[in-house]
Amino acid sequence: MNVLEITRFAVRGLTANKMRSILTMLGILIGVAAVILLVAVGQGSSDVIKQRIQSLGANTLTVSASFSGGFGGPAGRGGGGAAGPRTQARGLTLEDARAIASSGDAPSVKSVSPLVTSSSATTTYEGASHSISQVVGTYPSYFEATNKSVTSGAYFTNQDVTAVRKVVVIGKTVADELFGQVDPVGKKVNIQGAGFTVVGVLKESGSTGGQDADDVAVAPLPAVQQSLTGYGSLGGIVVQATSAETTDAAEAEITAILDQRHEITGSATADYRILNQASLQETVTEATGTFTVLLAAVAAISLLVGGIGITNIMLVTVTERTREIGIRKAIGAPRGAILGQFLIEATLLSLVGGLLGVGVAVAGSRFTIAGVQPVIVPQSIVLALGVSVAIGLFFGSYPANRAAKLRPIEALRFE
Amino acid sequence: MSSPMDGPMDGDRHGSASRWAGGPMSEPAEGAATAGDPVLLIRDVTKVYGEGEATVRALRGVSLTVEPGDYVAIMGASGSGKSTLMNIIGCLDVPTAGTYLLGGVDVGALDEVRQARVRNRRIGFIFQSFNLIPRMTALANVELPLAYGGVRAAERRRRALAALGLVGLSDRVGHQPNELSGGQQQRVAVARALVTSPTLLLADEPTGALDSTSTRDVLAIFDRLSLGGRTIVVITHEDDVAAHAKRVVRLMDGRIVDDRRQAPVDGPPPLIGDRPATGAMSER
Ligand SMILES: Nc1ncnc2c1ncn2[C@@H]1O[C@H](COP(=O)(O)OP(=O)(O)O)[C@@H](O)[C@H]1O
Ligand SMILES: [Mg+2]
Repeated sequence: MNVLEITRFAVRGLTANKMRSILTMLGILIGVAAVILLVAVGQGSSDVIKQRIQSLGANTLTVSASFSGGFGGPAGRGGGGAAGPRTQARGLTLEDARAIASSGDAPSVKSVSPLVTSSSATTTYEGASHSISQVVGTYPSYFEATNKSVTSGAYFTNQDVTAVRKVVVIGKTVADELFGQVDPVGKKVNIQGAGFTVVGVLKESGSTGGQDADDVAVAPLPAVQQSLTGYGSLGGIVVQATSAETTDAAEAEITAILDQRHEITGSATADYRILNQASLQETVTEATGTFTVLLAAVAAISLLVGGIGITNIMLVTVTERTREIGIRKAIGAPRGAILGQFLIEATLLSLVGGLLGVGVAVAGSRFTIAGVQPVIVPQSIVLALGVSVAIGLFFGSYPANRAAKLRPIEALRFE
Repeated sequence: MSSPMDGPMDGDRHGSASRWAGGPMSEPAEGAATAGDPVLLIRDVTKVYGEGEATVRALRGVSLTVEPGDYVAIMGASGSGKSTLMNIIGCLDVPTAGTYLLGGVDVGALDEVRQARVRNRRIGFIFQSFNLIPRMTALANVELPLAYGGVRAAERRRRALAALGLVGLSDRVGHQPNELSGGQQQRVAVARALVTSPTLLLADEPTGALDSTSTRDVLAIFDRLSLGGRTIVVITHEDDVAAHAKRVVRLMDGRIVDDRRQAPVDGPPPLIGDRPATGAMSER
C-alpha cells in the first residue's frame, strides 16, 4: 500500500462530492488570497510612501520654523504667537540660510535653498484659469535637492534670482490645466496679478494619495516674495547633505549654527525643527510595517475560519463514510491507510484551495485596490500556502484519527 | 437436524487433484496453517455487550475447532449470537474473554497492523448486506483487498479478473454496485473475499438478502470452493443452506447446543452433485 495508492483513494473521495469539496476549498482560497493580497496592499502603500519620501530628495534635510505648523504650509510671518516656554521665538530668515551656506562650520552641507511658499495661487493664461496648490520661491539648488527635473525648457538660474526676474518653472498639472497641448515655455502667465514667464516644465512625479505633487510652480525667491508672500520669514530651508551618510552630521551642524543664531541654550526649546529624510523614512517604514502586520492578522483570521471549514467537512465526510471505513478495515486496510487517506483528502483540499488562492491573489494584485497598487511579497505566498496546508493537516487529523481508530465492527454497525 | 440429503460420502467422488485446484486461490495463503494446526480454534469465548443493567451476554463460553477444508454452517435463532461469534472469528470484534487462535496464532495478541494483515490475507468476509463500496466498479471493489495487501497493479488486476470470472461475472467488471442485482453484488463480494486466497472464508447469512436463483448461484460457488479445499464457515438460519455444509453447528443463547457432521472433512460437500461443477475453477 503505497502513498500513490492512498492518494488515489483520497482523490476519489474528494471527487465523490464535488460541490462540497469546492465550497471547502473556497474557504481556504479566500483566506489565502486575503492574506497575500492584504500584505501586498500593505507593501504597496509602504512602497509608495517610501518613494514619495525619496522623491522629496535623497540626503535632504528640511528646516522649518516649529511654530509655523510645519513645512509646506504658508509661512507664518512675524513669528509672534508661539506656544510653549519660548520667549523669543523667531522665524527662519534668509540670514539663517546664508549662515548655513557660508559658514565653514557645515562641511557636510552641499547646498542650501531657502524657500517661501504660497498656496492656492490663482493663475491665468489667456482664457484659462487654474489655482496652483503651491507656489514655491527658492534658489536653483532646490531642484537638485528635491529631485525635480524639467522635461522641457530649463531651470531658472542664479542670475534670475539676483535680478529678481519673474520667471517660473511649472508642474505638469499646471501646464495641462493652463496650456493643454500648447508648449508653455516662453509664455507669460499671470500669478495672483503678477506676470511670470514660464521657462520650464517639471517632469511628472505622479500624484499619490490625494495630493497632486505636480500641481506646483517654482520661481526665484525674491520674485515670489515681491509679488506673492512679502518679505517675512522663510517658509523653510531645504538643505542637501553631501551624501546619504552625512545627513546626520549635517543635521548636527545645522543645529549648532541655528542654536547659536537663535540663542537657544540648554533647556530652551528650539524655535525651528529639522526634518531628516533618512530618519523620517525609518519611522514611516516602521509604521507601515505595523500596518501590514495588522492587515495580515485580519487575513489570518479568515484563513483560520477556512481551516475550521475543513475540520467541519472532514468530520461530516468521516461520519458519512463510517460504513465505508468499516468495509475497508474489514478487508484489511491498516489504520495508517485510513488515516493517510483522510489526511491526504484534507491536505489536498487545503493545498488546491491554497494554490487557487495564490492564483486569485496574483490576478487581483494587477488591480489598484483602495488607491494602492499592491506589491506581492513572495514570503507571504510561501507563508499563506504553508499555513493553509498545515491547517489542513492539523484540522484534518482529528476526524481522520477518529476514523482510523474505529474498530471495524463499530464502523460497520454505524448507521 | 433436517438433512434432506444423506448421499453416500465415499472419498472417490473427488480426486485429490481437485483439492488444491488452480485459479486465483491456488497461491498458498500467507502464513497458512501448518499441517497439524486447525484453521480455527476457539476456547471458552464469551462476549458481553453493554454495562450494568443493559448487559447482554451474547456468547456464554463457546469452544469450536475447525479443521482445514471443512465447510461449517452455524445455525441458530435470531439473537442466538451467530453474528457476534462470526465477527470475533473475522477479527472485526474482540471477545470479552477466551482465546482465539487462527492457524495457531493468537490473533487477539497481535498489534493493529498485524491484525489488519490477518483480515487482509487470511480471512475473507462475506456480509449479508454485501458491503461493496459504492461508486467503485466491481473490479475496483475486488482489487481493493489486494491494494491494501500491497499487490502491484497489473498482478492485482489479473487476480481480480480471475476472481470475478470464478463467480461468473466476467461481463460485469465495469459495473458499479448500484448497477448490479443483489445476487450479482453478492457474487462480487464473494470474489472480493476470495481474491486474496484467504485461509478462511466467512459468510454471515450470505443468502439472506437474495432470491432463490441467486441463493443457488452463491451456494454453488461455495460448494465448488469447498471442493477446491477452501475452509468455509457460513452463518444461516435456513436449513436449505445448511444442507450444503459438511458440518452443522447450532447455537442457542450464546452456547453451542449441537454439532453434527454431514460429510467428512476431506470429502466433497454433500450437495456438490446436485449441480454440475463448471470449469470456472481452473480458469485463470
Ligand atoms: N452492538 C451490540 N450491542 C449490544 N447488544 C448487542 C450488540 N450486537 C448484538 N447484541 C445482542 O447480542 C445478542 C446476539 O446478537 P447477534 O450475534 O447479532 O445474533 P444473531 O446474529 O444470531 O441474530 C442479541 O441479543 C443482540 O441483541
Ligand atoms: Mg446476525
